[in-house]
Amino acid sequence: MRVPVSWLAAYTALPDDLDELVATLDDLGLVVEGVEQVGRGLDDVVVVRVERIDPIEGADRIRLATVHDGHQSVEVVCGAWNFDVGALVPLAPVGAVLPDGTAIARRTMRGVTSNGMLCSGRELGLGEDHEGLLVLEPADGVVPGRPLLAALGIVPDTVLDIAIEGNRPDAWCVEGIARDLAARARAPFHPVVPAPPAAGPTRADQLVAVEIVDPDLCGRFTATVLEGVTVEPSPEWVQRRLERCGMRPINNVVDASNYVMLELGQPTHAYDRDRLAGAALRVRRAAPGEDLALLDGTVVELAQGAVVLGDTGEDLVICDGDDTPIGLAGIMGGASTEIDGTTTTVVLEAAWFDPMAVARSAKRHRLRTEASARFERGCDPMACDRAAARVVELLAETSPSLRVAAGLVDARGTLPVPAVLTVDAAGLAARLGVTLELEEVARLLSAIGFVVRAREGALEVTAPTARPDVRPAPFGLADVAEEVARLYGYAALPTRVPSWPAPGAMAPVVSARRSVREALVGLGALEAWTATMVGEGDAELLGDEAERVRVTNPVAQDEPVLRSSLLPGLLGALRRNVERRQGDVALFEVGTTFAHHAVAPVPRLERGGSHGTELVKVPSEDERVALLLARPGDGAHTAVVSWRALREALRLADVRLDVGRGAPPHGVHPTRFATLVDAASTAVVGVVGEVDPSVAARAVPGLDPARRLGWLDVSLGVLVDPELTRRLSEVAVVPSRFPTSDVDLALVVDESIGVHEVKAVLRAAAGELCESVACFDAYRGAGIPDGAKSLALRVRLGAPDRTLSEAALGEARAAMIDAAATRLRATLR
Amino acid sequence: MTTSFDAAAVDAHVDDAVGRVRGAADLDALDALDAELAGRRSVLAAWHRALGGLDEDARRSLGRRLHEATRSIDAARAERRQVLGEAARRERLEADRLSLDELEDLVVAAPVERGHRHLITRTRDELEDVFVALGFTVAEGPEIETDWYNFEALNIPPGHPARTMHDTIYVDAGPAESVVLRTHTSPVQVRLMEAAVRDDDLPLHVVVPGRVYRRDTPDASHLVEFHQIEGLVVDEGITFADLAGTIQSFTAAYFGADIRARLRPSYFPFTEPSAEFDITCTICRGARCRTCGYTGWMELGGSGVVDPAVFTAVGIDPARWSGFAFGFGIDRCAFMRHQIADLRALTDNDVRFLRQF
Repeated sequence: MRVPVSWLAAYTALPDDLDELVATLDDLGLVVEGVEQVGRGLDDVVVVRVERIDPIEGADRIRLATVHDGHQSVEVVCGAWNFDVGALVPLAPVGAVLPDGTAIARRTMRGVTSNGMLCSGRELGLGEDHEGLLVLEPADGVVPGRPLLAALGIVPDTVLDIAIEGNRPDAWCVEGIARDLAARARAPFHPVVPAPPAAGPTRADQLVAVEIVDPDLCGRFTATVLEGVTVEPSPEWVQRRLERCGMRPINNVVDASNYVMLELGQPTHAYDRDRLAGAALRVRRAAPGEDLALLDGTVVELAQGAVVLGDTGEDLVICDGDDTPIGLAGIMGGASTEIDGTTTTVVLEAAWFDPMAVARSAKRHRLRTEASARFERGCDPMACDRAAARVVELLAETSPSLRVAAGLVDARGTLPVPAVLTVDAAGLAARLGVTLELEEVARLLSAIGFVVRAREGALEVTAPTARPDVRPAPFGLADVAEEVARLYGYAALPTRVPSWPAPGAMAPVVSARRSVREALVGLGALEAWTATMVGEGDAELLGDEAERVRVTNPVAQDEPVLRSSLLPGLLGALRRNVERRQGDVALFEVGTTFAHHAVAPVPRLERGGSHGTELVKVPSEDERVALLLARPGDGAHTAVVSWRALREALRLADVRLDVGRGAPPHGVHPTRFATLVDAASTAVVGVVGEVDPSVAARAVPGLDPARRLGWLDVSLGVLVDPELTRRLSEVAVVPSRFPTSDVDLALVVDESIGVHEVKAVLRAAAGELCESVACFDAYRGAGIPDGAKSLALRVRLGAPDRTLSEAALGEARAAMIDAAATRLRATLR
Repeated sequence: MTTSFDAAAVDAHVDDAVGRVRGAADLDALDALDAELAGRRSVLAAWHRALGGLDEDARRSLGRRLHEATRSIDAARAERRQVLGEAARRERLEADRLSLDELEDLVVAAPVERGHRHLITRTRDELEDVFVALGFTVAEGPEIETDWYNFEALNIPPGHPARTMHDTIYVDAGPAESVVLRTHTSPVQVRLMEAAVRDDDLPLHVVVPGRVYRRDTPDASHLVEFHQIEGLVVDEGITFADLAGTIQSFTAAYFGADIRARLRPSYFPFTEPSAEFDITCTICRGARCRTCGYTGWMELGGSGVVDPAVFTAVGIDPARWSGFAFGFGIDRCAFMRHQIADLRALTDNDVRFLRQF
């Protein structure tokens, strides 16, 4: 909210120093987001009259204006075209410094000398207009040579832009902000006390009837009737304040309503009584099928049903005596009863509507107004009288023949009951960590309108009607504690570093993720961060036709999908680096992928729905670790070696490479991949191999076609789940102090037999003498039958207590060959 | 031209051509057939030219036949090309075949270059380490949340004004706007409290880092996808003083001993009292500069004493337990500490950026 300091000062004494005022507001939770000086730095600017305008040779955008400043003629080069000879305009003479810091100097352009600058409204900080010069209306006092400020009657001021938090509707007005400042400074506070209107002979309730049909949505509806209104411009000072607050003056009736909203926080609405059918106002729920033409020219269809969770689909409307809707309650009035130049009798509404009712309609109809924003947060239902009286007081200034009908028509519905709470020092200390004197607490709360009564070592406090955020006990005690702390000052409260017996720790997935990253960084890979929200093209690139997880309101229209794989993102990152001639790189990412519940093997169910009472199906999430290897020499080999590093980092006991089974995941090279499977649980951990070359070529156009892209993609969730993947024993294996011996075997086996099977057979056959088995070569071709392969394996044999004899080695060798022959039909090559 | 030009000849030509196309052994053979059957020198092209010399009836009927003939042959060529293309790809892939299980014991040279964690990872790890040292446990939660966890259980019912500040991105699932990409890490608080109640496992001292989403226009200082870290303590005797002390300890530990924190009143529906916290400007160390808007302070995050209504909603007795929560941007910490002029560098994945951290 924009708040002129001069207005704020009308209610309480302010610190002289602006920095101190800003700091105090910040410390009260009224954050100053901007400070704007109005009319400052204009002391040197004077009014001048244009005497002549001459073209400048060779220039078609600027002209030479000769102006008279009351004493002499001055030549100034000017680029604006919105003035003629005789116009009164502002001149910043040589030596002046404008509010934006521009220092005016004598300049020569195209051979002519400019002795100052003729200014636009924006250059002077007096408006947004930058289309041309600020051309002044001829009036008394607007004469050449007069300082601009004096000529316009402008008093320099400071305007603060203050952010009002959602729980402080009471502070969304100038008076409310002043109240907080006065409470903090222990200074006197002078609220607005409008003079009671001098009532005319007619009673208001004879001129307008008010009925609340739905008392649950409208707690109070008051109407004041003003006769003899003349619609004309507001007084200068009202216009000025509205402008400083960012509102455009319109006429005295609308301006008075807006002014009071800014001043007291209570929106009001004026109806032209002569256009009000039946001279009656009824507040009721709209019926489906009704519509309403609003002030801004739009037509809304009412009560069209709920669109989103929590919406009831209802609209609250104000109707006339014919029961026709003429306003959307608390949001915007209708066009049919709008005030115009012919209006003489005004019905002024000051009401209280259910905040949720206003919020629902404002959201559904996308109509957020100054009024609706205030009603949504909760206005003070008891402010209606004062607001109406204040509007009348303001209007009386410009409407001398104004007569106010006697009495306020005041209809009541259901109003929230202000919370009454018992506050004691111990309860406050339990929240704030400090024991405060109850007198101090009473003083602080009273200063912001709480009614406080001392009661046996405690205080009974009643929240002001302007503070709907203060709840009943027990929760309300927290709200009161916050008010006390806020006014006392957060900085003045004590601090303590808490401690507890339990040591800090990391969830298993967090430490596992760190191990994974450490391993991949050790392999020379760079960690990337790619977007979760992607285009349809990502899945198309991979040929993945599974149902996608979509976003309802994507930030970028071409990125409406939640990624199902990390591959497209990493290929995109590679492409950008290839384009920058730095594509010899290994990239990895640890990130979440998403699957539609129709695709997930077990749909994820979460507490949700209205008030968390249902179980709803939501997309599943899978955190993946993916590594894309694109350096020269990379490919399936380095992908497998990288997997080995990862396996060791996570101490996985028995995840094996399963070759030649099933189709590869989307985007993976169909003949160069292995599925990573946990031997015990048979859970699929992920895949290792290469990127399908046709996918790589499409995703990374600049890529050398001969470059192989190694690929590793594993599920972190599976890797850390002890049910799905087993870890190595914590028991250390102390290597034998005796020498070991290697036995090399070249075994010819059928293609269908995996290396892990061969290893398992050899390991079992060698028994406890076996220290390790490694496959160090594979051969197909001459000398090997079709459909078979020759595997070269090195078995390291040893014993903890002796050096193995030749005989023992021979025995073990024979046992292994025999086992391979019988169990795998392997032959020695 | 040796063949006579009549309907029977056209039909015969189509039969012959389609047969030959289907019989093409490889892409080279098909290329050769393309030139013969579809080019300017094809029989069909010659017949097309001959149409002009016929009377109108013959021209119409033969013209239609020729058109159909062209389509049939084209279709056969396209189909064959697809089949042969796939076969060629299969052949290429087959020639490429590798049994990866034979590579598992491969001996390779160690890489000479060291890799790098992403700056955000590094920042997150450092923040986690600070909080672990302060006695917190690092926990996590999902990125897709129901409205219940992201809002309602946090005291933000539908229609609550605080929702308008969240710029929520909704996921297509269930009724409209009932499933969201989490707008903050706070829903994990609710999950952890629910779990603690279920397992009778209070007190709770956790920090929750993770990715969050806001429907903001991305620019140099705003990302749509960014990261937060959230802290929650639920214990006996916890007050606002513990919150202030924890924020101060963390600030000094992460940013340096000369950086201080201050709390200002604010509003979050799930804490009461609530506070924003600022830290001494890390650029000017409090001397007031352009970056901090000449205040000497930079806004870092939000915090507060847990609202008893939140406890009640998850089944924790607010008469016995109290707590505090805080949260701030991980990316923002990195941004402040490393003076990153444009946050989009974080998602650009340019190796010249990645290698710096």
